[in-house]
This record gives sequence, structure tokens and C-alpha cells, in this order.
Amino acid sequence: MSCIATIQDYALRSIGIGERLLPRSDFTLCQQFTLIGSGMIWNIYFGLFAVTLGFFLANALALGKASKNTWLRKPSEWFIFLFRGSPLFIQFFFAYFLFQSLKGSSPFFGSFTSAWLGALLVLFCNTAAYTGEIFYGALQSVPKGDMEAADAYGLTGWRRFRRITWPTMMRLAWPSYTNEAIFLFHATTLVFFSGFPAWRQKGDALYYASYFADKTFNPFVPYPILAFYFILLTLVIIGCFGMVNKRLNRHLPKMQQQKFKFRMNVIR
Amino acid sequence: MGLYYSFGTVLLLLAITGPAALLFGFGGAVAARHHIAPVRLFGKTYISIVRGVPDIAFFLFFVIALDQALEWVRHKVKCPDWSEPIRQGNDFLVCSAAKLPLGTDPQWMHEVYGFLLAALTFAIVFGAFAANVLYGAMASVPHGQIETASAYGMNRRQIFRRVLVPQMWVYALPGLGNLWMVLIKATPLLFLLGVEDIVYWARELGGSKTARFSDYPHGDWRVWYFLGLLVFYLGFTRVSEKVLDRIMARLSRGQATLAGEAQRKAA
Repeated sequence: MSCIATIQDYALRSIGIGERLLPRSDFTLCQQFTLIGSGMIWNIYFGLFAVTLGFFLANALALGKASKNTWLRKPSEWFIFLFRGSPLFIQFFFAYFLFQSLKGSSPFFGSFTSAWLGALLVLFCNTAAYTGEIFYGALQSVPKGDMEAADAYGLTGWRRFRRITWPTMMRLAWPSYTNEAIFLFHATTLVFFSGFPAWRQKGDALYYASYFADKTFNPFVPYPILAFYFILLTLVIIGCFGMVNKRLNRHLPKMQQQKFKFRMNVIR
Repeated sequence: MGLYYSFGTVLLLLAITGPAALLFGFGGAVAARHHIAPVRLFGKTYISIVRGVPDIAFFLFFVIALDQALEWVRHKVKCPDWSEPIRQGNDFLVCSAAKLPLGTDPQWMHEVYGFLLAALTFAIVFGAFAANVLYGAMASVPHGQIETASAYGMNRRQIFRRVLVPQMWVYALPGLGNLWMVLIKATPLLFLLGVEDIVYWARELGGSKTARFSDYPHGDWRVWYFLGLLVFYLGFTRVSEKVLDRIMARLSRGQATLAGEAQRKAA
């Protein structure tokens, strides 16, 4: 079987299009590249939606945590502590079994037990908590002079927030937020490794990589392929976030601009 | 019962890995700023390689690689006259005397071996992170302190032992504390490595039931199990936070930092 045919059969395997059976023997490099790449669709799906949606909740959480009102502050603090203080792994398991038992009582939760929704929800809350903490830290370190200048210009309330506080907060938080986004994409590999089952062998990149590692007893091929895909993905994320960072920093002299520094985390 | 042991396993892993990672980290940091170039290169390579590889792929990959490397070395030593290649296609074959642990060993040896392998992996990975933190901490000890020490005629070793190391902890602690939190949260990964930890037991105890058990009359107790785990980890994190705050306050005493200055003024 030529490589083109393999790609035609398996490129969309992870979303259920193409050949039904996974290759069972005589694994070629092409098959491994195609299937693991096909699994990346899921990683990108989870990461993209969780980061985009989580961004909004994170803003709310950061503002809530900085709020003087106890009724706003306490829930935000607890939400952040809950999701930052426990392993994502356990969160996945817990969420999965919680949805399982809720499914019994109400059919509304039916689709929550499948990864595309349930795991996305967990990832969404998780990244919102981590990002919320980053934004909160940035909000605390908005320079006092900026606020005084805003006062001097007569900006107050919502207008001051929208024009001065929020952009500065974003600017300060952006390098760490980039790291958080990268890290979240890495964390998406946990989805099918924890509670959520891969239905009809439609899994993510790590699922296929470990499938090949199991079948061939040779981890030295599929995992480097996986690493290769993730390095590519990371570079794309750094590129996209870098453009936003440039825009956020465009009013500053070159020397003062905050540069992104890549920091790897192990696990969340 | 195994379930209770598994909590012990997690705590034991933390107790072993924490100091081991600190040791690895200290070694790595010292190596990375050593005055002999090859040692420095080694330290820096260690830090950057381990930190560069994505998280759980490393755990999955490294244990097998380490296992195979150990077996390969034993194979070379114990069976020098073995003629067949070790890698036969996809199989990894060593002579039976080189198997680790030996096939004849009792079950507990296998478990201990697996556990030690896991602990070593954790220590190496987290050691690299700790090395990075300590490296930064050593660099942030005020230069004046070092200069003063050398003005007093201390040599490189004395400066390191008497000035640099005692002062660096206060800079390292925030980073190390962070790392400790991450380490706590990384322990569920043990089950990926095949050690019978708490997550493993959750799956095992529910093993007789398949994915479709939502119509059981008594409901699914595994929710409560994982809720318990969640609370366990949250509590653990909370306690660690408090303890780290205490240590930080203790370490800041008499240091040339803002916190130390504040303590001096308050006293």
C-alpha cells in the first residue's frame, strides 16, 4: 500500500472518516505518521476550544478574585484553588464518573460522558482557573502610575477599565498566558488516558502513539513522532501568540517590551 | 487492603522523590555553573533536554527506555557470548539471566523494581526542574555578598559553602515550592507506570463493571472515590502551602531581601 493510499485511508480516522480497522501488523512509518497526525485533530480541537472559551471565564475569575465584594471574591478564589490544587488527571476521572452517574438520573447529561463535551468542559474549567490566576497576578501588577494618569484624564469606571486597566493587564499577562496555552495543548493528551473512553478507536495523538507502542513494543518510533507533532504545534502557538503580543506592546519602546520566554511545565 | 497501601505508595513516592529530586537538582545546578567547561556543558544539557520534552510522553517513554538500557547493560556483562541480536524486529530480547527483575524472583521484587523505576524517573525529571530553579537562585544571590567573601580571602569552595548555598535558599524557595505542588499533582501518573497507586485501585475495584453500569441500583460509588481523592489532593496542597509559608518566613530571617528587611523592622 502506497503512502498516499494510507493517508487517504487514515488521515481523518480519528473523527471516524476512512478505513475502519486500524493497521494490525507490518506497521510502516507512513501509517504511524498519518494516524498520529490524525489524532492531533482532537488535540487541536480540545486545546483551541478550551483556550478560546476559557479566556472569557478567566477574565471574569481574575476580576472576581480582585473584587472587594466577598460574594464575588470567595467563589472565584475557590474555583481557582479547586482546579489548580488538584491534578488534572483526577479531575478527568472525577468528571467522567460524575457524568456517568448523572446520566442515570437525567438524559440531559448523555453527551457529557463522551470526550468531545465532557473532557472539553474539564479542560475549559481547568485552563480558566490557571489563566484566571495569571490574569489576577497581572491585574495586581498594573503600574500605579497608569491608574493615576487615567484618573488625571478623567477616565473612570468601565471606560477606565476598558481603555487602561484591561489592555495593561493583558500586556503584562501575555507571556505567561502563552506558556499556559502551550501547556494546555500538551495537557490535552491526558483526555483519552484518563476516564474518557475512545469510542470506536477514535482517539487523540497519544492514543494512537501508545497503540503503536503497544503493538510494536518499540516506543522509539511513535513517541518521537508525537513529540515532532507537538513541537510543530507549539511553534504555531508561539507564532500566533507572538503576533498578539506584538500588537499589545506596540506603543512601548523596544527595550521595555516584554519578551516571551518559553518555560516548560511537567504536568498539571 | 491494597487500597490503603496505595495511599502509602503515593506518600512514599513523594517522600523519596522530593529529596532525590532536590539532590539531582543541586547536582545539576552546581554542574551547570561549574568552572570546568565539560561539566558545565553536561549540567546545562541535562537541564535543557529534560525540560524540553513534553510531559507524559516523557513518563511513558523514559521508563521503557531506562528499563531496556539497564537490561542491555546487564546483558552485555552477563552473557558476553550471546550471538543473536537484541533487537529482533520489534522485540527486545535479552538472555534470561539479564532480565530485570529475574523471572524467578517473587512478586514483591517486581513491584519494588517498578516502584523504584518510577521514583527514579520522577527524580530525574523533577531534578531537572529543580536544577533550573537552583541555578537561577544561585545567580540571584547579590553579587556584593560574593565579592565581600572573596575580599575576605575565601577561595571558591569556601564561598560556595559559606556564602552562596546558605543565601540561595531564600531565592529558590518560591520556585521549589511551586515544583513541590507540581510534584504532588504528578503522582497520579504513577499508574501509567504500572505502580499500584490510588488511581490504579479506582480502576481495579470497578473492574468487574464495564463502561455501562449507569443502571445499577446503588449508583456509582466511583464518583465518591474520586471526590475523596480530589479532597485528598486539595488538602495536601493546602497544607503544603501553609508549611511553605512558614519555611519562607524562617528563611527570610536576616536575609538581604525585602521580606528579611520587613522582619527586621518589625522586630
